Amino acid sequence: MGRFGIIGELIPFMAKKQYSLQELDKIANEIRQDIIRMLLEAGSGHSAGPLGMADVFTALYFAVMNHDPKNPDWEERDRLILSNGHICPVRYAAMARAGYFPLEELKTLRKFGSRLQGHPERKKLPGVETTSGPLGSGLSQAAGMAYVAKYIDKKNWRVFCAMSDGEQEAGQTWEAAMFAGKNKLNNLTGIIDRNNIQIDGYVEDIMPLEPLRAKYEAFNWNVIEIDGHNIEEIIDACSQAKATQEKPTCIIAHTIPGKGVSFMENKFEWHGKPPKPEEAKTALRELRAIGVKITGIRE
Amino acid sequence: MVNPKAYLAPEVFAKDVKKTPTRNGYGEGLVIAGEKNPNVVVLCADLSESTRSEYFQKKFPERFVEVGVAEQNMASLAAGMALAGKVPFISSYATFSPGRNNEQIRTTIALNDVNVKIGGAHAGISVGPDGATHQALEDIALMRVMPNMRVIYPCDAIEAKKATAAAAEIEWPVYIRLAREATPVITTEKTPFKFGKAEIFWQGKDLPAQAGVTIIASGPLLYEALLAASKLQKQGISAEVINNHTIKPLDQKTILASVRKTRVVVTVEEHQVAGGMGSAVVEMLAKNFPVPVEMIGVQDRYGESGKPDELLEAFGLTAKYIIQAVKRALRRKR
Repeated sequence: MGRFGIIGELIPFMAKKQYSLQELDKIANEIRQDIIRMLLEAGSGHSAGPLGMADVFTALYFAVMNHDPKNPDWEERDRLILSNGHICPVRYAAMARAGYFPLEELKTLRKFGSRLQGHPERKKLPGVETTSGPLGSGLSQAAGMAYVAKYIDKKNWRVFCAMSDGEQEAGQTWEAAMFAGKNKLNNLTGIIDRNNIQIDGYVEDIMPLEPLRAKYEAFNWNVIEIDGHNIEEIIDACSQAKATQEKPTCIIAHTIPGKGVSFMENKFEWHGKPPKPEEAKTALRELRAIGVKITGIRE
Repeated sequence: MVNPKAYLAPEVFAKDVKKTPTRNGYGEGLVIAGEKNPNVVVLCADLSESTRSEYFQKKFPERFVEVGVAEQNMASLAAGMALAGKVPFISSYATFSPGRNNEQIRTTIALNDVNVKIGGAHAGISVGPDGATHQALEDIALMRVMPNMRVIYPCDAIEAKKATAAAAEIEWPVYIRLAREATPVITTEKTPFKFGKAEIFWQGKDLPAQAGVTIIASGPLLYEALLAASKLQKQGISAEVINNHTIKPLDQKTILASVRKTRVVVTVEEHQVAGGMGSAVVEMLAKNFPVPVEMIGVQDRYGESGKPDELLEAFGLTAKYIIQAVKRALRRKR
């Protein structure tokens, strides 16, 4: 039992709201608009990755994870490690929409004195879980947490680790994958944003990862491939991960970088830059026109 | 003369002084920390025997985590464990941890400000025959420049035991520097050890101030500094020898009190002179009380294979060289 006693244990269950898929799609669209506004205001930052992961983060914060925005240190919470810290605008927007802090604060992204650092910092913003940015070290931290929960403290909370596909090129990712496979960390779910872009170009040109599924399977992971823009598929995959015994699960979420903004989609040039005012206006107009439902990658 | 309040080993100047590697003290300290605090966990990267983390493994197998040859993963795993409420110690050779995994330590431990302890064994050239690849000479520099990180360099196995147990009780990231070779046991269980508090091990006699010097040493070379002080005394030179086991935060008070008396300093360590303990002392003195300083340490070169004694001699790190440095320093005294 956590330090808040039995009431603390009950809060999230009392507070947890069930959202319909349509409501979740709407939240994801709002998060995309938040991202555009944040980046415009900040004048720097990454556009493509955060937009591409809006559906995954919506699913995690509004349907999958057991957490309490009003009590970010709740001991029994599920943990979400964001390994590729540069897509933090999507995490900040999802956190604000979930009630961790006021939406107004999103405007402070990357500014002096802000809790919303350019790459997320644990000590600045409650609920961020860890400091990240340098690629390849998130899965190790997530595995360390999962190991403690499973073997030392014997707790039921789960650990999610969002990663980029580019950081699968980092050796440490595979050190962590080996550790998690050896220790059968079935309470650990890795989610790879398989958008095939990185700063210098397309991932499969820079350093091919395929066959990525087979790689994780060879490291004794359970692998599920999904359409990363279909919230129902994301939620189902997380449920399958939870039901999996003896193995960590890797969800390869196929996404479109820049999803929702036509001129950003699939363009690696949008990896690390923000929209200019005119571009932001167009982006927001497009997102509002889509209204709710983002099409999946196969549509 | 030996400071009676330091309660040093009575046989410290005997020919057959007892020798034990500081890494043994680390292993014993881990067990003490584990007994005291059920949250202490120990991680090891395929070096459980030579880092002595096996002492902990035998006692608390359920809290020992073998990660294989993967120091980068080990550092970040430990960060994750600390975030989940544990007090992890990561154990390897200093060239690998904090060498190879330096960025992981920077981002996931130090910047993240989590309660992880780093035990770096086989530091210094006294590693011996293994050669330069395994002789860490940069690790103090790597660790002390990181905000939040604390740095301890124990002088012998008993102090290493106390330092390791103490590290578990400090809620900061801590680096503990350890040696491979058996080195003289200078201290006793009664010797005071407080994190952050330097201790005077050898007191200068009441000689004219012109013949006084402060020798500041960290790690097993403190023994050479004590030998030098006892020889210097016979030559009419009065040295005050400070055991500066905590390199960060530096005990300014103790160091400045001594230097204000002697107005000249010699620093001694088995590390590059650039960025090491001596550098930390010089940075502090330059700001507070600038005096001439001579630095004993490795002079911008890598180590090599050889017997530990041979190497200490070849690299100019023994009492003989400390005495020469003291005389150079005294000539520069203003």
